Amino acid sequence: MPEVKGNGPNGDGPNGDAPDDAGGVQIDLIGADRMANMAAMEKIRMILDGVRDNNIVILETGLSPDEESKLIEVTMTEISPDEFNGIEIETYPRSETTDQSFLDRLMGNESTQKLTVIGPANQIETLHKDENLISALVSRK
Amino acid sequence: MGLFTNLKDSVSRVTDKLFSAQEPKRIGIYGPPNAGKTTLANRIARDWTGDAVGPESHIPHETRRARRKEDVEIERNGKTVTIDIVDTPGVTTKVDYEEFLDHDMEKDDAVRRSREATEGVAEAMHWLREDVDGVIYVLDSTTDPFTQVNTMLIGIIESQDLPVLILANKTDLEESSVQRIQNAFPQHETIPLSALEGDNMDEVYEKIAEYFG
Repeated sequence: MPEVKGNGPNGDGPNGDAPDDAGGVQIDLIGADRMANMAAMEKIRMILDGVRDNNIVILETGLSPDEESKLIEVTMTEISPDEFNGIEIETYPRSETTDQSFLDRLMGNESTQKLTVIGPANQIETLHKDENLISALVSRK
Repeated sequence: MGLFTNLKDSVSRVTDKLFSAQEPKRIGIYGPPNAGKTTLANRIARDWTGDAVGPESHIPHETRRARRKEDVEIERNGKTVTIDIVDTPGVTTKVDYEEFLDHDMEKDDAVRRSREATEGVAEAMHWLREDVDGVIYVLDSTTDPFTQVNTMLIGIIESQDLPVLILANKTDLEESSVQRIQNAFPQHETIPLSALEGDNMDEVYEKIAEYFG
């Protein structure tokens, strides 16, 4: 499991320390355990708070389809001209590492076990994506 | 008194069931911006009711409110299917007003349009979770279908167990590739069409009757 590094409720770093924005791009890797006990809106708030602080958020386990739907909806309500243009999001399924049954795959019941990368739309651009590689260009604002 | 109350409840349940079975199904037309959703909605509405649903445009996010055309009766193979068509704004995860400035729009108009577009997308997502009984997913067959928005939307629709018909639109254009869409979503049937030219609409109506009848 990756080291967990996420935003606190006040936009702080994971340990309550202020993020160092001395010129880099902060990447938050959110571990599965941290996500497991969160309600849908808590996950969405954590993601959008991170992205609105110009961070790249990587989720070890992705969101459920219902949570993805709510993420789009809440993102739309927060878009503001010259301030926040929305998000760029990429995922790829990790079906081979999950215990998904053949029937599940046949029926299109995709597991939520998928690595997800989310960033500010004006800072992250997907260069290439296939079933086992996401290549993205991240720029400083 | 109790007997009458029970009888009344039973009658009410039966009539509710009878009437709900006759209620038209709400079919949402979803897809990314500029896929031709409104052109398709207008084509269906004009073919079966004589009216249009809304204005079409090459500028993204022309449709910024979900629009419903009620009681569209489609006849196929001696069977009549009645549906409500819900034309929805194109779904995206980002809206930048500067994109509209490229279409000869003043900044104020572009900002207003982007605000309305974001409200429209949020509204479309809400309809998808709460208020539609089936989905027609429209894709522009001249563009890459392997986008995150398409993957997420199809995943959301599948998770709701909604019947979904995938349409590969704009087959009248030279760059059209229906096969690319079939490859992207092999778990669903893909129907080619040109909503603008009216090509292959017979098959589209057959499938609408089959999927949503």
